[in-house]
Amino acid sequence: MPSSEQPSSPGLKPFVAILRREFAGYFRTPLAYVFLAVFNAFAVSLAFFVGGLYESRVASLDRFFLYLPWLWAFLAPAAGARLWAEERRQGTIELLLTWPITVWQAALGKFLAAWLFLACALLMTLPIALTVGYLGDPDWGVIASGYVGSLLCAGACLGIAAIASALTRSQVIAFVTGFLACFVLVLVGYGVFDDLLTGLLGPAAVDEFRRLGLWRNLEPFTLGLIDARPTAYFLTVAFAGLGLSTIIVERR
Amino acid sequence: MPLIEAKNLSKSYGAIRAVHAVSFSVDRGEVVGFLGPNGAGKSTTMKMLTGHLRADEGTAVIAGFDIADQSVQAKQHLGYSPEGAPAYGEMTVREFLRFAADLRGLADPAESVRKTLELCRLGEVAAQTIDTLSKGYRMRVGFAQAVIHDPAVLILDEPTDGLDPNQKFEVRRILKEMAARKAVIVSTHILEEVGELCTRVIVIAKGEVRCDESRDQFLARGSDLNAVFRQLTA
Repeated sequence: MPSSEQPSSPGLKPFVAILRREFAGYFRTPLAYVFLAVFNAFAVSLAFFVGGLYESRVASLDRFFLYLPWLWAFLAPAAGARLWAEERRQGTIELLLTWPITVWQAALGKFLAAWLFLACALLMTLPIALTVGYLGDPDWGVIASGYVGSLLCAGACLGIAAIASALTRSQVIAFVTGFLACFVLVLVGYGVFDDLLTGLLGPAAVDEFRRLGLWRNLEPFTLGLIDARPTAYFLTVAFAGLGLSTIIVERR
Repeated sequence: MPLIEAKNLSKSYGAIRAVHAVSFSVDRGEVVGFLGPNGAGKSTTMKMLTGHLRADEGTAVIAGFDIADQSVQAKQHLGYSPEGAPAYGEMTVREFLRFAADLRGLADPAESVRKTLELCRLGEVAAQTIDTLSKGYRMRVGFAQAVIHDPAVLILDEPTDGLDPNQKFEVRRILKEMAARKAVIVSTHILEEVGELCTRVIVIAKGEVRCDESRDQFLARGSDLNAVFRQLTA
């Protein structure tokens, strides 16, 4: 047996171990590849066929970015469903919580691994940007800020998905509730609830309410603006979701 | 200093009192058989000892560290295999043990994995995913992750459950080999295990300690252990 000498401070090792295991976990099943393929197919289709990226004859990706929240609403809960639900189902949560790490280390490792997976999905859409670059002369700064905004938006959806996953042992239930919550946040930005709210609270409230949606916060990024307010919005949703899901796991 | 101390542990689930004011301590070299009928509070007590469940009242101290206040230090000295030996089924045995070694920040994780595979006789299935293993191997994987860091405290929830006689013999052999250097708690409802494995017996029923004595004292209660057990847990 190895000696019973314990390192007094294992440092970042446990955190890195969690991050690596979780990230690799996505690619252990064919599901990850299916999701990446579906994401890419839809991202391209929405941009070109629904958004009319090609017909617009403008070398810009804003039409591509503005449809992405719909896809995140679907893919982020799909990637986030397993975060805790799978640990509960397999019973491995009991190991995780009795190994020498804090729940916060485990939660952060898991969350960042899922975010990294979504970043991979986003990275796979780079050929769209290259296509636009080949056909025209886009503003690369604007495209870069669009990618930053989309990544932040994905994190926000993942925060919500993490809460859904912490509440159940069923990945299906985690996915469906996470999807519905994200879906509502997309709709808020599209002004679906405007008529209802104008009647209840007046027109001034409507605009404020829209700011709570994903879409409205992504818009400045697609124009090349990395503003503090939408950045803070996405990060707040992401980390509030992470924090709340961790507290749920801790308290259970 | 005892390596395991349960101090007045209590836990309720709603109106149901699962564990009530359980106290005991375990020294190095002791193998405590934790006996009791199903639902007696054995697993709940173990979950509180290992920090998986927060006690409503009382606390546990592992190797001198409070499981609630100094949980990371306490858990470094603790090896725990929960009931049913859960593991990440999609990983291979080697990957899983390597993960456990990395997560514990062991100095030479590859060497720890190699030695543990050897000790638990898991060498021939090291490259198989855990989902494809038989129950006997799965239980041994659960045991392996609990001893990979050679902990001072070992807590095993029904480690021989569902094993055939040969496999049970094997688990007991490994346990006996390492018991002298550790404080061990083994829950079981197989009474014969007491005589073969344990140095001490704690019987728990309806969430309370009904008896806490040496193996010889326990065995002296009567020749029919089943009758003794029924009487103690009634």
